[in-house]
Amino acid sequence: MVRCFLIHTVCPVSALSAGESRVLYSRVFGPDDGVLSERHRELSPEERRLLQKEKVAAVARQVRSAVSLSREASGRLIVETMPGEENLALQDADCGVVRLRAGDPFSEETSALWLGVQSLGFTLVCEPHENLLLAEGTLRNLTRHCLEHLHMLGQGSEVLLKSNRIDVLLSRLLPHGQLLFLNHRFAQSLEKEVAAYMAK
Amino acid sequence: MYSHASESLIKQAREIQVSELQKFYSRLMKMLQGKELGHDTVDSLQRLHLILSATKYTRTLPLELQKRFVALLSSPAEQHQVLSAAVLRETLPLTGQELNYNHQLNSHAAGLLLSQVGRTEIERLSLLLHYCETCIYKTHHIILQLSKKLVDWLRYASVMQGVGTSSGGFFTGPRSRQPVPIAELDGSVSGDFFTVLCVGQGFTEDQWMNVYSFSMLRHWLLTYHSSCSTTVDADDRSEVDGSVVSMVSATSSSSRLLPPKERLREKAFQYCQRLIEQSDRKAHKKTDTELQKACLVEAVCILDCVCVEDASLVYRTFPCIKALFGRLSSELSYARVLLPIAQFYLNHGEIAAVDCENVWKVVFGRFPTELFNDPFLAHELLRFLRLNLESIELRVPQYTRYFPNLLKFLAWDSPAMVDDFVDLLPSMVTTGTAVELLHTLLDLPCLSATLVLQHRSTCLPISEPVGRSFVSLDAFRNPSFRGLFLFLLRTEAGSGDTMDRLSTLHELLVEAADWPRVTQCARTVPVLLHVFFNTIVTIADEKLLAHLILVMLERSSLLLNIPAYIKEIHRVFSCHLLRLCKLHPSLVVNQSHELLEFAGSTANVYSKEELYTHVVWVLGEYLSVSCDSRCSVSLITSCFEALEAVLFEITSSAPPTGKVCPAPKVINTLMSALAKLASRSHDLIPRVSLFLSKLRTVTRSGSVAWCSDEEDLVAIVTRGEELWSLLKAPGVAQSVLTPPPHVIAPQWHRDTNVALPLQLRALTSLTHSQ
Repeated sequence: MVRCFLIHTVCPVSALSAGESRVLYSRVFGPDDGVLSERHRELSPEERRLLQKEKVAAVARQVRSAVSLSREASGRLIVETMPGEENLALQDADCGVVRLRAGDPFSEETSALWLGVQSLGFTLVCEPHENLLLAEGTLRNLTRHCLEHLHMLGQGSEVLLKSNRIDVLLSRLLPHGQLLFLNHRFAQSLEKEVAAYMAK
Repeated sequence: MYSHASESLIKQAREIQVSELQKFYSRLMKMLQGKELGHDTVDSLQRLHLILSATKYTRTLPLELQKRFVALLSSPAEQHQVLSAAVLRETLPLTGQELNYNHQLNSHAAGLLLSQVGRTEIERLSLLLHYCETCIYKTHHIILQLSKKLVDWLRYASVMQGVGTSSGGFFTGPRSRQPVPIAELDGSVSGDFFTVLCVGQGFTEDQWMNVYSFSMLRHWLLTYHSSCSTTVDADDRSEVDGSVVSMVSATSSSSRLLPPKERLREKAFQYCQRLIEQSDRKAHKKTDTELQKACLVEAVCILDCVCVEDASLVYRTFPCIKALFGRLSSELSYARVLLPIAQFYLNHGEIAAVDCENVWKVVFGRFPTELFNDPFLAHELLRFLRLNLESIELRVPQYTRYFPNLLKFLAWDSPAMVDDFVDLLPSMVTTGTAVELLHTLLDLPCLSATLVLQHRSTCLPISEPVGRSFVSLDAFRNPSFRGLFLFLLRTEAGSGDTMDRLSTLHELLVEAADWPRVTQCARTVPVLLHVFFNTIVTIADEKLLAHLILVMLERSSLLLNIPAYIKEIHRVFSCHLLRLCKLHPSLVVNQSHELLEFAGSTANVYSKEELYTHVVWVLGEYLSVSCDSRCSVSLITSCFEALEAVLFEITSSAPPTGKVCPAPKVINTLMSALAKLASRSHDLIPRVSLFLSKLRTVTRSGSVAWCSDEEDLVAIVTRGEELWSLLKAPGVAQSVLTPPPHVIAPQWHRDTNVALPLQLRALTSLTHSQ
C-alpha cells in the first residue's frame, strides 16, 4: 500500500530556510500511523493531525535534500519547459528513491520514490513489500496527469486551487493507496473518467 | 513552475484573520443551503480546503457547517463528494454518531472513514472491494467470504470483452454485435482465463474486480495467510474433511474440495503462472511492456508467498522459476525482476536442492558492474541484502568476496546508499579480506571518479574533442594505465590488497577532487571507516590489527588529494589507532619500528599533525616493559632519541614555507612522551631536564618563530615546567606519568580526579620552593 503522495518544492523558496520544502499537496492513505503505534495512542485527534503534517513535512525535506544532492552529482542543468511540453518535462525529470528508516518518520521502514520535475518534486511513499516497479510507473503516470490537468508548467496556482482534481485522479489510479496493475486499456478507461471530471 | 503567486496564496491562507474566517464560514453556510451548488460555491469550497490544509494547526469548523459537509458526502455529484471529503479530512473527526453509514458508501466517503478512524485491515480491504456493500461488521467470516470472492474474480472473470464505455462517435457499431473474446497484449486472441494482462474494447464488472483483486492479492496473502492468523482455521476445517486436505494440496485438479484458504492459494498459483507465460509475449505498447515486468515481479513474489505457506508447492513452482531465470538472466533491462527470483531461490533453493550459483553470479557479479547507476535497482538490491542478511551469510558464503562490486553502488550515489551500507558493511568485514577492504574504503573516491569516467567514456565518442581538459579521461582510455582502473573496477576480492602505483593513480585523478560525485563519496568514507573498525576489533587477532596499523600509517600519505577528506581520514585513523593500542598495548612494541619511523619524520608534524600527535602519544604511553616484556632499554632509548630530535627541530626554527606553526598539543605531547620514556629509563632524565630548562630560557626572551600565539606559548612552557619538576622525583614520576592499571581503572566515579594535568599542578605547587 502507498502511505502517501505529495507534491512539494525542491527548489529554494525565499520564505523558507535552505533545506525546507513547501508542501503543495499531500494525501495520506490508510489507517493513521498514529493509531497503529503504541506511543501515540494517547494523542488527541488534533495532535494526531499535527503529527501527520509534520511527518509529511519530514518526508518532503528528506526528498528535497536527496533531489538537490542528486542534481549536484549529475551536474545536469534544469531546463524550464513550456506548457504543452509535459512529456518532455517528464522525460527530463530526475528520479530516485530514498530509504526512510523505521521511525523516521513512519513507524516502519518505507521507501520514498521521487520524481523531480524542475522546481517541484512528486513523491510516493511506499510500504515495504510494495512492488516498486509498479509504483514507479504509477508515479510517472500521476505526475504526467498532474502536470497536464493542473497546467503546472505554467505560472498558475492550480495545484493549490484545484486540488480536488488530484483527489479524483488518486481515487481512480491509486484508490485508497492501492497500486493497480493497469494495462493501457484499463488505464485509458480510467483516464477518460478523469478527463470527464476535469472538464466540468 | 512554482510561482510567487502560489507562495503568496499559501501565506494568505495561513494568515487569514479569525474574523474574516468567520465571515467566510457564514457565507459558505448560506451557499450550501441551496440544492444546486454553482461554480462560485465550488471555488469557495476549494478555498476553504486551502485555508484548512495550509497550516499544520487544526482549525475547527462550526458544527453546523461540518454537518453540512457530512451530508454533502452522499451527494450524487462526484465533485461535491470529493470536496467535502477533502475538507473533512483537514478538520477534526466527528464522533461515531455523525459518521453513521448505513447507506451506500462512495469511494471518497470510504476514504475519509478509513483515514480518520482506526479501522481494522479487514474493513479496509472490504471497503476497497465492496464500494457498494456494507461490510462494516466485525466477524471473521468476512475473511472466508472475501477469500471466496477473490477466487471467483481472479479465476472466473468473464472471458468476453465488455461494451466499450464511451464508445460514442466514430465507433458505434450495431448493438447486436457478437460477443468478442478478450485478447492478449500482442493482439492474439486469449486462450485462457482473464488476467490483468488481457485487453478488450471495454471491461465487465468482474474483469475490473479481477484487476483490483490481483492488485491487492499479495497484501492479502501476507496479512491473512501468515502463520499467526490461525483463528479461521477451525471454520476452514469444518468445510472439508481433514484427511482430504493434506492429500489434495499437492495436486491441482480437485481444488474444489479445498478449504477457502488453500483454494485461493491454488488459484493465485495458477494466475501467476499464467502471468509469467503472458509476459513472454511482445506487447504493442511500451507501457504494457513495463506492466509485464511489474507483473513478473508480483507473480514471483506471490509464488514465493504461497510456497512459504505450503512447501509442497515448491516442486510445482521451481521449474517455472528456473525457466524464467534462464530467459531473463542475460537481459539487463529485466534486472529488477531477477531480484524476486533471487529471493525465491534463497528461500526455497535448499528444499528443492537446486544449484543457485548462477543466480548469485548475476546478482552480485553482474548487476553492480553494469547497473551501478540505476537508483531503483541499487535500492532494491541493497534492501534484499539487508532483509536476508542472515540467510545469505549462511547460504551464500561467497557474498563477502563481492564487496568491491557492491561498493560501486555507494561510490556512484553516496548520499542515497550510505545508510544501507552502514547496515551492511559489518557483514562484509572478514579477517581474510579486512586489509583489502580497508584499502578499498580509502579508495572509494577514486572508484567514484573511475565510474564517472567510465560513464563519460561510454557517452562521449572517442573522436570528439572535449572542451575542458580531461586529463583523467585520457588516462582512463590509455592502455598503460588500464591496470590501475581495472583493479578499482574489479568485481571480487582476493586478487591483492591494493595496487602498487597508487600515487600514480592519485595524480591521474587529481582533477576529480572537485567533481560533486567524488566529494559526496569522500564525505561518507569516514563514517564507513568507523563502522569497519568497530566491527574489526570484535573479530581480529593481534596480528591482523598490527597489519591494519601499518596500513593506516602507510595510507595516511596516500590518499586522493581532497583536503577536507585527508583531514577527516587522519582524524578517524587517530581515533582508532588509539583504540587499538589501548585494547592491545603490546601492538606498540610489536610495530615500534614503523611507528618510530613515522614519529621520527619531522615532515609528518606539519603535514599530518593530528595523526602524528596520536602516534607520539601511544609511543609514550605503551612503550614500556609493563605493556610488553620484550620492550628493552635500547628500544626506549632509540624512541627517545627519535622524538627528541624532532622536538629540537620544531622548536628551533620557523615552520617550512607554506606550513603553519605546530599546535601546542603536538609539542606538549612530545614533551610528555619524552618525560614518560625518561621516567622508565632514568639515564634519559638529564637530557629531558636540559631541554626543558633551555625551553624556559628561550621563551623568556619573548616571542619565538615556531609559536605564533602568546597564550599557546604560555601553555607549552607551563607544561614544560610541570614535567621538569615532576622528573626531579624520578620514582614518583613514573607512577604519575604512567599510572599502573589499577589506578586508572574506573574506581572513581569522576575521571577529573585523576587527570594528569591536575596531578601535575598539585605536585608542582608542592615541589616548587618559591
